[in-house]
This record gives sequence, structure tokens and C-alpha cells, in this order.
Amino acid sequence: MSFFAVENLSRAFGGLQAVSDVSFAVREHSIHAVIGPNGAGKTTLFNLIAGSLAPDSGAIRLNGDPLQSLPPYKIARKGIARTFQNVKLFRHMSVLENVMLGRHVRSRAGFGAALLNLPHTWREERSIRQRSLEILDTLGIADLADADAVSLAFGKQRIVEFARALATEPTLLLLDEPAAGLNMHETDEIARLIADIRARGITVLIIEHDMSLIMDISDHIAVLSSGKKIAEGTPAEIQRNRDVIAVYLGED
Amino acid sequence: MTFEHVLQYLLAGITIGSIYAIVAIGFNIIYNTTGIINFAQGEFLMVGAMTAVTFSRLVPLPLAIAIGIAVTVAVGVLIDFVFIRNLKKPTVLNMIIVTIGLSIIIREVALHVWDEKVRSLPYFTGDEISSINILGAYISPQALWVLGICATMVVLLNVFFKYSVMGRSMRACSANPVAARLCGINTKNMVTMSFVLSAAIGALAGCVMSPITQTQYDCGTSLAIKGFTVAILGGLGNSTGAIIGGLIVGILEEFSISVMPLAYKDAIAIAILLLIMFFRPSGLFGKQEVSALKEF
Ligand SMILES: Nc1ncnc2c1ncn2[C@@H]1O[C@H](COP(=O)(O)OP(=O)(O)OP(=O)(O)O)[C@@H](O)[C@H]1O
Ligand SMILES: [Mg+2]
Repeated sequence: MSFFAVENLSRAFGGLQAVSDVSFAVREHSIHAVIGPNGAGKTTLFNLIAGSLAPDSGAIRLNGDPLQSLPPYKIARKGIARTFQNVKLFRHMSVLENVMLGRHVRSRAGFGAALLNLPHTWREERSIRQRSLEILDTLGIADLADADAVSLAFGKQRIVEFARALATEPTLLLLDEPAAGLNMHETDEIARLIADIRARGITVLIIEHDMSLIMDISDHIAVLSSGKKIAEGTPAEIQRNRDVIAVYLGED
Repeated sequence: MTFEHVLQYLLAGITIGSIYAIVAIGFNIIYNTTGIINFAQGEFLMVGAMTAVTFSRLVPLPLAIAIGIAVTVAVGVLIDFVFIRNLKKPTVLNMIIVTIGLSIIIREVALHVWDEKVRSLPYFTGDEISSINILGAYISPQALWVLGICATMVVLLNVFFKYSVMGRSMRACSANPVAARLCGINTKNMVTMSFVLSAAIGALAGCVMSPITQTQYDCGTSLAIKGFTVAILGGLGNSTGAIIGGLIVGILEEFSISVMPLAYKDAIAIAILLLIMFFRPSGLFGKQEVSALKEF
């Protein structure tokens, strides 16, 4: 049984088959990349995995458990976190508050419990704050804790989104084009961060257009084109694959 | 006008204005998590006060008020479960019309349960003739109760939204529902929670104002209009704006008595609402983005 797998996953928008019968498995503790031209269905695939979209057919499994019928908040509680192609931070909130919200996945304060057991609620609030500060610290942005999150530079917002995703203590982290819109220096920083995240035992599924980054960090690559998986293999195999080369050359 | 007169009007205005502010904050809480303007907000005050009046003959006053709040919260939760939680994709406009319908239904039910008589809770301390002299102006101790309880509610709400897991989760839902879900937040429960909070603060405000303004089955309508005006004036979703807006409307209303016949008092809020709609639809403190209706 694989750690994480999608099986024959499909999803259409009207007449457009955005994801078509896609299957692949992800090994635990690996960095698995999904690449493909614009509109290939990569983000749609992530939306299906995270539960933001329902698949028309197919299955998604984490440690064998089916996820495809669960609402997004339950999938998050099962240990899947994600970042977005166009960063989605919470407005009117500080960096620290954004990261603390990630911790909420791990908080068991129920509906009425928060009001009925105030001392416990208060302790939990303190530990959430403490742990979130530590995460900011390990990502090197502790000094931004009190800054308004959405007014930061784009590169910093990316890191805050990473921090929020890590705060959920995921076992599988989905990264949608983490290097998009970043300069070379920032891209290097992100690459280091991703390697570091994997070293901590988190499995990474990453979408990225930056080929040198992908070839550098990933163990395994799946290639999508027009919703279909056209190839899969190690970076070396993918670089030699004729279908892949055709799709990418055909693009320009 | 003498200084004492000005002070008298000012105190009265602040008192009623703080009630308007609570109604507006009730609007804001539900608006922030759902994008819906809940026009049954005024009925929360009526149901809370009427229930408390009924029970005040059977049990001590604080308990009667607690029952009033509990019943109102139950009504709020019922509204959420029946009309919002299980709908696939309710549009904001449809929901606004639904809440207007609900306010009418609640009023009709209240008419049957309590008839059309005007009622009121007993004064929390003293009676209708006791008063406190503040620099020459006279204020009923109940007005101090109103101010104290409204201020306490505002402080507690702020602490809740800023320093609690659930409060922060509710803010996250309003800032970005997609990201909130991916943080493991059950957004539907947060919507329910927003109805619980709005109903609870509405009911408590209804009870504390009841000895001064009295309560009738249809008193929610004008409160909703005033509260809505205040919410728009302060910028929808902005609770600091709601407090300032509430005080402005309350004070203008009270001063209007000195220059206009009493009958025009209720027209003040409507006039303010129209002016705001014409000249500054996003409110005094609102940002443009907030004034656009939110979709789910
Ligand atoms: N919610 C939606 N409704 C309708 N069509 C959609 C929706 N989301 C995506 N699509 C369409 O599905 C196709 C796949 O889109 P998707 O965003 O998954 O591509 P992608 O591989 O992430 O592309 P990019 O590299 O540009 O991010 C596109 O043609 C897109 O227009
Ligand atoms: Mg994409």
C-alpha cells in the first residue's frame, strides 16, 4: 500500500476534461513533482486532493483511507496541507495570527468546550502562540510576527503561507508553484526550505514550472498534459522522454 | 440650550446609541461570516426581552434574562439550520429576502404568543423615578446598566475575536473561506456560531433596554432599521465603525427632539441612511471592498 495515491481521478468543467483518468502513487518522505504546460490540470488536481473540488470519478487515498468524499476541513485534519499558486493569506490579520490559524487543525477545542473550560482554552491559546512563533523562527521570519500579512512583499507572503501550512503539522504538503513570481535569490531560499521540510519527514507534492528547481529537488515526476498523465519517472527519465519533450517544445 | 440640557441630550443619545451599536455589531458578525444582512436582527432583541419579561414573573431577574438569551440563541441556531446550513449555494440576495421574511414571521408568532401589549422588564436597580445627577443632568440608573453592559459586550467580543481559537477561526472564515477550510476550520460551524453570538448579544441588549424603551412584538423593525443605518454608516463589517456610528445616530436623534417635533425622531436614521447611500456607500470608515456584497 502506498503512502498516498490518486486512482483514475477525473474531473470535467462543462465540456472541458480538466483532469482525465489520472493515477499515480507517492512514496512517503519523497518529493514528488507534477509538471505540465499551462492549463494541464495541475491546480485542478490539487483542488481535488484538498477537497475544494469533488471528483467526477476516481479515488484519492492517504495510507489506504479514501479522502475523496471528505470536506476540506476534514482532509486538513488528516494531515494534508497546501499552499496556493496565488497566495491566499487571511486579510486584516498579522503574520502570527495567520500561522496560528494553521495550528487550529490540531486544536481540539470543541464548540462549547471553549466557553466551558476557560483555563484549558487559555493554556491552549498560549501553546498555539508559542508553537507558531517557533515555526516563524525556524523559517527566519520571526521579526515579521506582528506585521500585517497581506501587506508584505510577495516573496515573504509565500514564506508565511509555508509557515501556516507547516503549522498544521502535515504528513503531506501540496505546493502549487511555490517559486512563481519569486526572484532567483528567493527561489533558492524556497528550494532550501523544501529540502528542509522533507528532511523533517514531510512528504512533498509540488507543482512547478521552474524546471531547474524541479530537476534539482524532486525524486519523482508526473507529467500532465490536457488533463492526462503522459509520463512518469525520475528527473533523468523525464528529461529523456520524447512525449514530454514534444509537449514542452510544442508549447513554444 | 443650557449646558445641563446639552448634557442631558448627550447622555440619552449615548445610551440609545450604544444599543444601536450592539444591533449593528450583530449585523456585522453575521455579515462577516456569511455576507448576509440578517434583517431579523431586530427581532432577536424583541424575543430576548419578551421571553425575559414572561419569565421574570416566575424566576429571579438574572435567570429570566438568561432564559431570554437562551431562547433567542435557539431561534438563531434554528434559522441557520433551516435556511442556511443545508442549502447548496444560497445566493446572498436570496438570503437577505429570506431574513426579511423571517423577521415578519417572528413578529407574527410573537403577536400570537404575547399579544400586542407593551411590556417591560423591571428596572435592574431602583425604579423609573430614581435618577443619578451627573454635572446637573439626570440619568436613570438603568441607562448606566445599558452603557455598562454594552461596553462589556464590546470588550468581550474583541477579546473573543482576537485571542480565542474560535474567534480567530470566525475571522478567518470572513477573510478567506477557502483557506480557512484548508486550515481545518469547519466553516459551517463558524456560521452557526455567528448566529449564536448575534442572537445572544441582541437578546441581552433587548433586555437591558427594555425598562427604558419598553418592548412590544413589533419593536424589532425600527431597531433593525436603526442598526442597519449604523452598520452602513460605520462601514459594513467594521465593529469600531459600528460603535462610532451608533453614538452618532443616537445623539443626533436625541438632539433632534429639541428642534423638531418628536414624531420626526425616527426619520433621522432614514435620512442618514439615504445620505450615506448617496454620498459614501462604503460608510464613514468602510473600505470599498467591504461594500461590495460578498459571495460564499
Ligand atoms: N473552476 C473552474 N471552472 C471552469 N474551468 C476551470 C476551473 N478551474 C480550472 N478550469 C479549467 O481547467 C483547465 C485546467 O486548469 P488548471 O488551473 O488546473 O491548470 P494548471 O495546470 O494549474 O495551469 P497553470 O500552469 O496555468 O496553473 C483550464 O483550462 C482551466 O481554464
Ligand atoms: Mg495552476
